[in-house]
Amino acid sequence: MSTSTHVGDIARSASTLRGYLHGLPGVDRVGAEARAAALATRSIKTTAKAWAIDLAIRMVDLTTLEGSDTPGKVRALCAKARRPDPTDPSCPSVAAVCVYPSMVPTAVAALDGSAIHVASVATAFPSGQAPLSVKLADTRAAVADGADEIDMVLNRGAFLSGRYLDAYEEILAVKEACGSAHLKVILETGELATYDNVRRASWLAMLAGADFIKTSTGKITPAATLPVTLVMLEAVRDFRAAAGRQVGVKPAGGIRTSKDALRYLVLVNETVGDDWLDPDWFRFGASTLLNDLLLQRSKLATGRYSGPDYVTLD
Amino acid sequence: MRFQYAPAPESSSIVDIRSSYGLFIGGEFVDAKDGELFKTINPASEDVLAEVTAAGASDVDTAVAAARDAYEHRWRDLPGRDRAKYLYRIARLIQERSRELAVLESIDNGKPIRESRDVDLPLVAAHFFYYAGWADKLSYAGFGPEPRPLGVAAQVIPWNFPLLMLAWKIAPALAAGNTVVLKPAETTPLTALHFAEICRQADLPPGVVNIVTGAGETGRLLVEHPGVDKVAFTGSTEVGRAIARAVAGTRKRLTLELGGKAANIVFDDAPVDQAVEGIVNGIFFNQGHVCCAGSRLLVQESVAEEVLDALKRRMATLRVGDPLDKNTDVGAINSAAQLARIRELSDAGTAEGAERWSAPCVVPDKGFWFVPTIFTGVSQAHRIAREEIFGPVLSVLTFRTPAEAVEKANNTPYGLSAGVWSEKGSRILAIADKLRAGVVWANTFNKFDPTSPFGGYKESGYGREGGRHGLEAYLAR
Repeated sequence: MSTSTHVGDIARSASTLRGYLHGLPGVDRVGAEARAAALATRSIKTTAKAWAIDLAIRMVDLTTLEGSDTPGKVRALCAKARRPDPTDPSCPSVAAVCVYPSMVPTAVAALDGSAIHVASVATAFPSGQAPLSVKLADTRAAVADGADEIDMVLNRGAFLSGRYLDAYEEILAVKEACGSAHLKVILETGELATYDNVRRASWLAMLAGADFIKTSTGKITPAATLPVTLVMLEAVRDFRAAAGRQVGVKPAGGIRTSKDALRYLVLVNETVGDDWLDPDWFRFGASTLLNDLLLQRSKLATGRYSGPDYVTLD
Repeated sequence: MRFQYAPAPESSSIVDIRSSYGLFIGGEFVDAKDGELFKTINPASEDVLAEVTAAGASDVDTAVAAARDAYEHRWRDLPGRDRAKYLYRIARLIQERSRELAVLESIDNGKPIRESRDVDLPLVAAHFFYYAGWADKLSYAGFGPEPRPLGVAAQVIPWNFPLLMLAWKIAPALAAGNTVVLKPAETTPLTALHFAEICRQADLPPGVVNIVTGAGETGRLLVEHPGVDKVAFTGSTEVGRAIARAVAGTRKRLTLELGGKAANIVFDDAPVDQAVEGIVNGIFFNQGHVCCAGSRLLVQESVAEEVLDALKRRMATLRVGDPLDKNTDVGAINSAAQLARIRELSDAGTAEGAERWSAPCVVPDKGFWFVPTIFTGVSQAHRIAREEIFGPVLSVLTFRTPAEAVEKANNTPYGLSAGVWSEKGSRILAIADKLRAGVVWANTFNKFDPTSPFGGYKESGYGREGGRHGLEAYLAR
């Protein structure tokens, strides 16, 4: 496979798609977890740590996805996204704010004039158990209200029952509904359970046109893990080599500390390298992570720890 | 590279290296009677670390006599549960002092701190814990209802895993009721000498463990000593042969763990990313100074290009340099002599027409370094496919069918280990059954555990270390 026309051939029929996905090299669970654990022992200190923390801040998709979300809450989050550390103008902004579709207009207004993206979950997030027409309407509404990134959920029901083409065509349809908005496909790896499934789902999403592949909704445990992200990074690396198109990766859910974030960045660095060490190609879906990054950032700058009262709530 | 890891050196201040060391005989550090001093250096900087004693004939005499005395009066007849107490105590002390020992091992040997900290030291402690458990259960080990110890064991160990090889030798010997005289390698004597301190700390009866340092001559004096009942050696096949000749016709029992030229076999249905990790771990772990290293990659021709591309990409991320930096993957070559041998064989590979590729990385000016290297287009007839290089050099061969893979894998005078990579369980079992190697790893490589026996076929030696099997070398029925 060398050009995009071949990509189309793979999904020519249910059997060609199935044959291709099942022909991908398997993932040995023990080996993948051992590799992720070995990379987690990297020691990132001083200048490297400062650089990585700033990068991690720039990669955060600051997220609130609760039934209790209100315009007030979203506006506060947007203010935090613009200036994560109000006391330090050198602190970078985050990459995006991620909200439910109903909150998109509020977020768009609050982030007006900034470079921060507005991401909206869509397609009956988090379960995806709704008719396609509803999912597409959900997507179109978010885009119409100004979201420039859509986080859709993979149809795990179709995927796990082996109806790969159904899952593929659904992503194609949502991609079309997105127009110029970037499409992130949430695989919900906690429900896919095996690394073989994670690799297949990654390829399926990329073949269907995903701009990003994302681990989790954050509503299922386990959410993002290092080995799952490793397998997804290998997939985007191999997909670019095969299809000539670069796809981003977004681990989401469960990443709460700077130490965690640094481990992910080491994973990116040593699996796919420089090309993905950029907010355009790697994101963290997180809410509490940002404050720990800020605490560590000020610790590095001042030499002492402040405390939770010295970073803003949201 | 945009993400530059800042230096993260482990502090060496935790370990106190003395300027000179005597011999550890009869529970005391003593000066040599007829030995000379030699220097041990840090292979990463060529700095002298300490002066160490080369034991002469009368020193070896004294050590063997001390071991004999301890055997007859303080150890042989001690109940197993009491021997176990000492071994447990030693295991716990090793854990408590593991950071210090890991740093010392990396300084004296050149191996990365990540390996000495995460692999060597945990395994060292695990070995003592494991054999401590056997000490009062020997009647149930399957070697007769009342197995007896052999007596005084002469043990000679190599420089690649100094403390781990010491543990493999001393733990089963002591558990079975033997006493030992151990000679560490001349380039890596320091952790064995610090282990001697641990024996004192554990109140081990004097003479149960004796450490005599020195080079090949000291080793020869020790294994040829008439007061020795058992010889255990890990090292080169060449020296192993000389030892076998020397003990032939004597009452001494002998176990040998010698060289290897292991095949790491990658089938077309292998999990490619993990196989590449396994190839890297198989040959670049511990700078390739591993007797069971996967030094021959046998890759199925239909996926050879894909696997080699992935391997080269992975090798480009290996971090070669300061062994004490926590992010170093590949450390220093242990000695100038070993570096010269690696260079000689690599040059032979080039001269014989194999294609050489080295990872793009910069090595320090001082010290002994060899950049991780692979040779492609290697045939069975090439020296680099037959001789043990004992360095970070991989020879890549291809095969077409499973039968050809087995044939090529077995076509070596050695038979220590092998690896099989396939997602198909039935194939793994079928191939493993046909490989003439003491250890066959499936979808992994270089995994060690004290409960698992380790040893070779053919010129890789005889006898097993580890597990229940490892006790047999130190017991008489």
